Amino acid sequence: MSTGAPDPQYPSAPQPDAQQEVDYLNASFGWKSWLLTTDHKRIAILYLIVITLMFFVGGAFAVIIRLELATPQADLMEPDTYNKMFTMHGIVMVFFFLIPGIPSILGNFLIPIMIGAKDLAFPKLNLLSWYIYVFGAIFTIWGMLAGGVDTGWTFYTPYSTRSSHSNVIPVAVGALILGFSSILTALNFIVTVHRMRAPGLTWFRLPLFIWSSYATSLVVMLGTPVIAITLVLVAVERVFDWPIFSPPEGDPILFQHLFWFYSHPAVYIMILPAMGVISELVTAFSRKTIFGYHFVAFSSMAIAVFGFLVWGHHMFVAGQSVYAALIFSALSYIVAIPSAIKVFNWTATLYKGSVSWQTPMLYALGFLALFSIGGLTGLVLAAIPIDVHVTDTYFVVAHFHYIMVGGTIMGYLGGIHYWWPKMTGRMYPEGWAKAAALIVFVGFNLTFFPQFIAGYTGMPRRYAAYDERFQVLNVMSSAGASILGFGYLLPFGYLIWSLKYGRHAGPNPWGVTGLEWQTSSPPPPHNFDETPTVTEEPYVYAVEEPEYV
Amino acid sequence: MIPLADVALFPDQASTVAPSVDHLYYFIIGTTVGVSTIVAVLVIYFAIRYRRRSETPPKPIVGSLLLESLWSGIPLAIVLVMFGWAARVYFEVVTPPQDAIEVFVVGRQWMWTVQHREGQREKNELHVPVGKPIKITLASEDVIHSFFVPDFRVKQDAVPGRYTHMWFQATKPGRYRLYCAEYCGTEHSKMIGWVVVQDPAEYEEWLASRADLSMALRGRQLFLRFQCVTCHSADSQAKAPVLEAIYNRPVRLQDGTVLPAANDDYLRESILNPPAKVVAGYQPIMPTFQGVVTEDELLQLIGFIKSLRPGETPPRNEQSTAPQSDPKAPEPKPFQKK
Repeated sequence: MSTGAPDPQYPSAPQPDAQQEVDYLNASFGWKSWLLTTDHKRIAILYLIVITLMFFVGGAFAVIIRLELATPQADLMEPDTYNKMFTMHGIVMVFFFLIPGIPSILGNFLIPIMIGAKDLAFPKLNLLSWYIYVFGAIFTIWGMLAGGVDTGWTFYTPYSTRSSHSNVIPVAVGALILGFSSILTALNFIVTVHRMRAPGLTWFRLPLFIWSSYATSLVVMLGTPVIAITLVLVAVERVFDWPIFSPPEGDPILFQHLFWFYSHPAVYIMILPAMGVISELVTAFSRKTIFGYHFVAFSSMAIAVFGFLVWGHHMFVAGQSVYAALIFSALSYIVAIPSAIKVFNWTATLYKGSVSWQTPMLYALGFLALFSIGGLTGLVLAAIPIDVHVTDTYFVVAHFHYIMVGGTIMGYLGGIHYWWPKMTGRMYPEGWAKAAALIVFVGFNLTFFPQFIAGYTGMPRRYAAYDERFQVLNVMSSAGASILGFGYLLPFGYLIWSLKYGRHAGPNPWGVTGLEWQTSSPPPPHNFDETPTVTEEPYVYAVEEPEYV
Repeated sequence: MIPLADVALFPDQASTVAPSVDHLYYFIIGTTVGVSTIVAVLVIYFAIRYRRRSETPPKPIVGSLLLESLWSGIPLAIVLVMFGWAARVYFEVVTPPQDAIEVFVVGRQWMWTVQHREGQREKNELHVPVGKPIKITLASEDVIHSFFVPDFRVKQDAVPGRYTHMWFQATKPGRYRLYCAEYCGTEHSKMIGWVVVQDPAEYEEWLASRADLSMALRGRQLFLRFQCVTCHSADSQAKAPVLEAIYNRPVRLQDGTVLPAANDDYLRESILNPPAKVVAGYQPIMPTFQGVVTEDELLQLIGFIKSLRPGETPPRNEQSTAPQSDPKAPEPKPFQKK
């Protein structure tokens, strides 16, 4: 596969060294040309580097957690150390990988190209967002190296404000700083989608990745200020001992309301961009327009709206009123419907398609399976009496890993493979990539499926030591995690390898629609030689009149 | 390590609500496995049946309003059934029967302490009789904890600054694991214990062997020791409301509003943060007892107030002095028990 020869199917692919085309990678050289760049594509690469780094930092914490949990006793490390490990795993993965991952890397790279623009609306702001991310990351890592934090990524009060002796403030401030990066990126995306679309690119001609990125940006803009002020209040209570979230005058439950008002929508910040990627992959590898475009597009908006109204389902045993709990339960059931609509439409898109089983499609199919399990176990959790039993157990841990790892990371990896030729001009090695996708899928299920059983039978989460009766399930998890970890290292290796040895991709290696595939790979500094004009809906593969069934 | 084949998929069903919760769980799992199997079969079938054979793009199909309505409407109907069923079971889980035996549990880093009304106290263990509803009032001395008994399918957070409640009725004798489910710091995973369910006779025997001053009597001692009686006396010099027979009765407050019932939370607040809701006709002169009484003692004081019938307030004595603004100051000599 990786012979260097151009794909005979696309004779327009440039011959290596045939002509020195100017692209965004070779337009200028030197560290200044990268660190002071305002090109959204270069900024996306900068994000790719730092976010990948953070992913492996978070992954290292996960390895340590799974090693400790291979035996029932807390024998590998002190309980305090274990508590810091799961806290820092959560904080790094949620705030530094899952939330910014797809928007900052794929969104940054693709949104301007997909809408036929030269760059984002505010290129300097975009660079500033990256610096804020790096600053926040340095701050957090400093807090972690200088002693770490042990509150859980949820920072629950009064533990975080009155009891914990760890570095709560530096890490919380790191997350706070990061929030500004998210907000600025979201603002940039919203303005860009509103103002910079190419001539003829109406809202309903937008690719679905744009719709989901747009919906995500709205959630980020509305939700992130709430977590920002909440983290500030935690720091204030810790420093000045003001009773904000602690009795008698303060209220610990108020913290949970504020925290989940952001952090539940944050789940949608993580999953919506992945859903956008899946919509692109399913159409591209079926060579067929999406089934029910408007339903898929509007379901993203519905998720964004309803996602703000379900936060109370994290607090069914925290002592909220019975009727509040019932309303949050009902809304949690309703928010499942837009996700179901997406899954059904993706399935229907395959019908009578021309389905190709290339790596990105494998990830898309993996996403469908894992996201469905994650989403449907959400229906179990929305049932209050069952949630009372399984909340704060491994059932919940398994559920959200199916959504975040099975959903978001499968979408992310699928997207990275799909657009890798566009970003770098090179193809990844298909055989290796297919093997990695399979390994990730198997490793993931072996890691997290046993946790549903451990949870329902009563294993609480965040336990350094546990009952011996849970050991078999935990050994399976730890074994799965080592397979999963290996699966994640493979793309890291072969994608870097492909930068030098990968086959030249040509502008459109997949033979798919979309403005990003109409420019060269890698794209020129301003994306297009001349501004494209859009005359039709996205995903038009055949000239035939579309059929309504 | 136990063999894989012996790994339990479900915990023991040892409470009255456990079967209801499990039946709901089977229903939701069954339904979702059914629907997702259909989707999975379709995805796999389409992906194989329509795999790419030629480079000619297939005929586009843009959508179907009928299908969209069906696959929005049917799942909506299914999840509403789940919601309704769950709500019904939820009411069962949160509504303790009137005749429940009351037990008081305090969580602290990293231990559970239990007080029975008749004064029996235990650590990290809770003895209950089989077949009788048990209502637990939960408090926390420090951070949030959560009282979790998987075999009973019950869990409730113990939240500092307020009382929370849960109930269960055990259906078979035995020892059942008790966990702290809300992360609470270093020894969180050691904050575990047992609920011991006994036959009624065995339970009575246990109660008798552990008999001690009842919670109300301990509360009475505290009422005297903290000099509460100086102001809350039942005589003409009283500077504070008489506390006899006020439990769960309406209270008229200084600002004219009427509190529907002087319940545990109101009594608790009035001890820890007295100026918050002052009874009409009295001055906000009472000092706070925040940081002075422990959660266990608070429960005893409230137990005493609950038990107080007309004419039962202990008499004042000449040595009584009202607690000053700092109740931590050296204590005046307590009353001798009559």
